[in-house]
Amino acid sequence: MSLSRRKFLGWIGAAGMTAAAGRKASAATTHHFEGYPESMAVLHDTTFCIGCRRCEGACNTVNELPAPEVPFTDLNVLEKQRRTTSKAYTVVNQKPGNASGPLFVKNQCNHCLEPACASACFVNAFTKTKEGAVVYDASVCVGCRYCMIACPFEIPTYEYDSAFSPRIMKCTMCHPRVLEGKLPGCVESCPTEALIFGKRDDLLNIARQRITRRPNNYVDHIYGEREMGGTSWLYLSGMPFETIGMRMDLGVTPAPELTAGALGAVPMVVGIWPVLLTGIYAMSKRKEKIAAEEKAQALATALADADAQATAKMDAAMEKAKQEKATAIEKAVKEALEAEAKARAEIEAEAEAAAAAPPQEAPDEDDKDD
Amino acid sequence: METINTLQEFMLHTKNITYVLMVVALLGITGFWLFLTERDDD
Amino acid sequence: MSEDTATMGKPTLSPFNIVAGVILLVGGILTILRFTQGLDAVTNLSDYNPWGIWIGFDLLVGVALAAGGFVTSAAVYLFGMKHYHAAVRPAILTGFLGYALVVLALHYDVGRPWRLPYPFIMQRGTTSLLFEVAACVALYLTVLFIEFSPAALEWLGLKRARSIVLKLTILLTIFGVVLSTLHQSSLGALFLIAPSKLHPLWYTPYLPVYFFVTAVIAGLSMVIFESTLSHRFFSHKMDAAHLAEKDTVPLGFGKAAAFVLAGYFIIKVIGISAGNTWHYLATGYGAWYLVEVLGFVALPAFLYAVGVRDKNITLIRWTAAWTVLGIVVNRFNICLVAFNWHLPASERYFPHWMEIGISVFIVTLGIVIYRFIVTRMPVLYEHPDYDAH
Ligand code: SF4
Ligand code: SF4
Repeated sequence: MSLSRRKFLGWIGAAGMTAAAGRKASAATTHHFEGYPESMAVLHDTTFCIGCRRCEGACNTVNELPAPEVPFTDLNVLEKQRRTTSKAYTVVNQKPGNASGPLFVKNQCNHCLEPACASACFVNAFTKTKEGAVVYDASVCVGCRYCMIACPFEIPTYEYDSAFSPRIMKCTMCHPRVLEGKLPGCVESCPTEALIFGKRDDLLNIARQRITRRPNNYVDHIYGEREMGGTSWLYLSGMPFETIGMRMDLGVTPAPELTAGALGAVPMVVGIWPVLLTGIYAMSKRKEKIAAEEKAQALATALADADAQATAKMDAAMEKAKQEKATAIEKAVKEALEAEAKARAEIEAEAEAAAAAPPQEAPDEDDKDD
Repeated sequence: METINTLQEFMLHTKNITYVLMVVALLGITGFWLFLTERDDD
Repeated sequence: MSEDTATMGKPTLSPFNIVAGVILLVGGILTILRFTQGLDAVTNLSDYNPWGIWIGFDLLVGVALAAGGFVTSAAVYLFGMKHYHAAVRPAILTGFLGYALVVLALHYDVGRPWRLPYPFIMQRGTTSLLFEVAACVALYLTVLFIEFSPAALEWLGLKRARSIVLKLTILLTIFGVVLSTLHQSSLGALFLIAPSKLHPLWYTPYLPVYFFVTAVIAGLSMVIFESTLSHRFFSHKMDAAHLAEKDTVPLGFGKAAAFVLAGYFIIKVIGISAGNTWHYLATGYGAWYLVEVLGFVALPAFLYAVGVRDKNITLIRWTAAWTVLGIVVNRFNICLVAFNWHLPASERYFPHWMEIGISVFIVTLGIVIYRFIVTRMPVLYEHPDYDAH
């Protein structure tokens, strides 16, 4: 992307704002991404591959991998179908082919434009670089091996034999060498035109030209142009790709799209579940409350009834008691009065009697005092 | 200004933000519920 | 109680103790082997088969079967089914132990277990569903720990701390359900990225929904299953409330499980239709798929229903065990049997006996710890000093 100087200066002013707004998608409105412009790729034309295994040897050397059990000059291993291992980032396999002899296919990381391994890694250990390589950072890798589950090409391998520092092992597209301006080891060592390194767009053109120029030599398909959203390794073949062991049923959906739906549902659950659940809780609590209130009310009514009855009874009892009491008082008063009257009458009678009695008796009493 | 060139990068960028928002959302909605029901009598 | 505690304090040579002891001993040796010699020494994992039974059984089955905690606490605290209250604590305990063991098992499985916190502290791979799983499992384990803590706090007599935790019950329950929904479904979503490796009958965009629904089924069935075992082996530890649930829990949870299974059966059929994978049913994998869907989904749904209608507790209990087995079958199918179905038989995975050994070791560890806790803490009975929480 080339910017005119003026445009660039103009943008600097807005830089503060854009920085705050965050990063911008190249085509934010449609969410369609074309990948890094000018990124590099390798075209593997299997019709030129002679199965010499020099790429395997070069890969082993530049990546300082352990020495192989059989030397790279031994071509007998080609017949046995092999896969990438933690000690070999790339392998060449021989396929039955046709009348003109067997075919050979090189296999390594395809450096997907939208890598499934990167999408799957929960520490983000993989990076699709702008140069085209998908590189791996062992310093954060936990070793969950989900990247191996995810990769549709079954490329990443694991150092199962290492107890303390196992790593994922896979082709780096010689990213360090490419940054230095060198060719990937395998491409450099290839004695034919089976491997060529260049800009992905250019390689696609070359591949198309080859197909058009010699339609009888090629099947009309560039493997990797669209597979899994496109890869940075492109393949040409003279036989249907299935027959040389490359899956044609992978589809063109880029890996991140496969999980986008599930990932998108996560924040929705976080947002709406608490509302729903709190609602259910509030409802059940309210129901409980209403039930409790109804119960309380029923209880209250019952109590009130009982109360009223009790009061009435009490009133009656009180009334009765009052009456009884009144009668009792009356009676008591009457009795008291009667008793007093009687007592008074007695005293009067006594007094009368005393007045009528002879007065001599009084000196008798005086004598006694002497 | 950085441009996003791949879907993978776009997902990473948006999901990074989403995860932060989810934490904020969980705390926020709890707080809001408390604010909402603070004066309820039960 | 006192008799049992004495037994626990002074290990005797009961058959349980002997078997458990042998398993733990062998497990210990295998553990040393695993951590000194690497994965290669004890597993059959390969570059084609990076995940074996430690993921298929310990992680996928373990998490599903530990779903009883969130299902029961949601039923009781959120949906207001108070009469199952006594079932909450045992379910939370098994949930907590289940998740703790899952995390323990992951330490065996990942290459560098000491880096397990890296997704949170070093680099966040937020595009990964495994990140989602890891975050939720870590958080949910914490939630379960806090939810279970009242029992431990009562045991320890820390009343103040206990009452603080109890105030958080509703909040924790809601968080628990949110987190469970997320990671139970995300475990299924893990496989969404590999459509080319999982058999089309099992690969469907509905995988996350299926995993969530089966987790609910697993949770309900596990509560019945566990209560069966608890009533058999720990009934002397139970109070009246727990003893009374002997029949109500199987009836209520069995009814729920029957209906959820019926719903799951419907969405399974819809999945086949949506993926237009009918023709695969006529193949060998199809036959096995039918065994799973008819034998472990439709059949238990029906048996549960019969059990509930006839109030046949024995039938419900057997069905619960069968359903739990069905969950194991389902998870194994997705992670191991139908995964890598395109590979030749020679490249397929079969667990090494030492992998099985470690899994058995971890399960045994769980049972021993469960036994330790329920014979000491107020799980199967209310603590005498506290009223219903
Ligand atoms: S081929 Fe596999 S390992 Fe290589 S970039 Fe693509 S997904 Fe990653
Ligand atoms: S094994 Fe390492 S690189 Fe692969 S997904 Fe796990 S953490 Fe990432």
